[in-house]
Amino acid sequence: MQLAATQIVNGLVFGMLLFLMSAGLSLIFGLMNVVNLCHGSFFMLGAFFALSIGEWAGSFWAGLAFGWIPAVILGFAMERLFIRYLYARPHLDQVLLTFGFTFVFSDIVRMTWGPAIANVPVPEVLEGAVEVFDIIVPKYRLFLIVFGGLIALLLWLFLERSRIGAMVRAGVDDAATASGLGINVQLLFGGIFALGVGLAALGGAAAGPVLGVYLGIDGEILIPAFIVVVIGGLGSLRGAFVSSLLVGVIDTLGKAYFPDLALFAIYLLMVVVLLTRPHGLFGVGKA
Amino acid sequence: MSAGPGKAGAAPATGTRAAEGGSGGTPADGALLRRAAFAVVGLALAAVPLAGDYATSLVAEVLVFAIFAMSLDLIVGYTGLMSFGHAAFFGLSAYAVTMLGVHAGWSGWWGLLAGVVLSTLAALVIGFFCIRVSGIPFLMLTMAFSQLLFSIAVKWRTMTGGTDGLTGFKRPSLFGWSLDDRATLYWLIAAGFVLVWWGLRRLIDSPLGSTMIGVRENEQRMRAIGYPVQRIKLISFTIAGGVAGFGGGLYAFFNAFVSSDILHWVLSGDVVLMVILGGAGTITGPVIGTAIFLMLKHVFSSATEYWMLWLGITFIACVMFMRQGVWGLVLQHGPKWLRDGK
Repeated sequence: MQLAATQIVNGLVFGMLLFLMSAGLSLIFGLMNVVNLCHGSFFMLGAFFALSIGEWAGSFWAGLAFGWIPAVILGFAMERLFIRYLYARPHLDQVLLTFGFTFVFSDIVRMTWGPAIANVPVPEVLEGAVEVFDIIVPKYRLFLIVFGGLIALLLWLFLERSRIGAMVRAGVDDAATASGLGINVQLLFGGIFALGVGLAALGGAAAGPVLGVYLGIDGEILIPAFIVVVIGGLGSLRGAFVSSLLVGVIDTLGKAYFPDLALFAIYLLMVVVLLTRPHGLFGVGKA
Repeated sequence: MSAGPGKAGAAPATGTRAAEGGSGGTPADGALLRRAAFAVVGLALAAVPLAGDYATSLVAEVLVFAIFAMSLDLIVGYTGLMSFGHAAFFGLSAYAVTMLGVHAGWSGWWGLLAGVVLSTLAALVIGFFCIRVSGIPFLMLTMAFSQLLFSIAVKWRTMTGGTDGLTGFKRPSLFGWSLDDRATLYWLIAAGFVLVWWGLRRLIDSPLGSTMIGVRENEQRMRAIGYPVQRIKLISFTIAGGVAGFGGGLYAFFNAFVSSDILHWVLSGDVVLMVILGGAGTITGPVIGTAIFLMLKHVFSSATEYWMLWLGITFIACVMFMRQGVWGLVLQHGPKWLRDGK
């Protein structure tokens, strides 16, 4: 029982990290119809920037607070300088473009930080563990669950309660009509792309002490995030949240109890969902 | 050896093409020029082993992956479906050849046959499910299926060797010549390449090929006219899977080693890149794209550590400014006789 509870907590932690990845992936798809294949690269960039900033400032928190900013700038530039010229073309061209960027970002990271694996120490305040309902939970993992939940809440408030959020929702429903109503959809696209990759970068920064920081984590996090988005439904934030936690817990429990079947089960789940509900559990059914 | 089927096979195909599309006034000259070009390329292909071991291996690798890329182009370029899981069929066949050889002691030839049959069947089954959706869901579903095979290859360590790979495959011999000899192996691969190139060309020129292009251009209209669009898609997907399987089998001959990387989605992405770089929707484009891709990989990786960066930049530039690919550009602006030849 103790072991199962610990695994569920670990699953929730992984689920929260997946949510930070898949929220942006899902938003970008919902608004722009782009499957951003270099979303994992931003997760990796965020992790490395946070590592360097943290080392330079001598504080993990500085890394977490500022590590995502370079990624947001890069993402905004990428949308404004490249992706936006492809909106008139078939959507697959944009997918191909983001695939090209995975190579570029991967080598930029290798140039700057090298291929070694970096371990990020847990900040002092969060060392050790606490007991919650008779379960011993490492403090940092508890922090990640709270942190992820907080980001999800803020994101929900932003999308549902703010004026810009209303514009985004209008854009997701019908970009052409929203544009006709005087909303600057073009700028919105850039902003949402930057927000999405910023969330991924934040996820990477927060994940440092748990997953480690290394070259190649981009692909490793991208695939589960893809599965999350497919299961939750492309373009649905609620779907991304629910299925992040679902996939996080199933994957972690699976790896603990059925190590031979875990990887297999997740892909099988994705295939079944895609075949029965091509737009996912909460999908909006476009594209 | 490889030049033979190239010349003999290409001649009738170009003859009919020139008769159909000869609006330029001198179709016969065009056909002659094309025939001459085929002869030159064929002879050059046959003569590669004279250029030394390194060049022979490099060209052999290009030709193996070119078969793979050409097969994907049938789905991506001609039928208009973006598959991101084509490594499934290439890898399945490569594994079949190697595993049957290592564990069951099958000769590579029977392995190759089994590999092609297996990957064709797999493409039939996977395609049956995938064609129910299109666009982005199609892309993701193909990727999910290929990752499913990947995870099997990783987990079934006792048979596949997992990520470490499977060694110990013995190359078969051809009429007494061992394929361990580099030149013999090369000629076999070159012959296979010419066969696929010619076969796909004939397929595209056939009524079936025209209906595939029709599905790419306007699916609704094809359906309205009464064509069984779903069946056409499935046929295209299955043939592409089988041809990729042929390429994968030759890859097993070439490498005598296989690891789970061959089923990874990154390879599926790489082969999409090869097709787009060279020019989707042309027969020769993917071959040129494959050559560019592997040159960048081999030549640049010896010059710079960061070849992936240059590959990425080349690809981004290609998507942004030259979506028709290198060969597509040549066909657009090149001489008339070349344009008629696709």
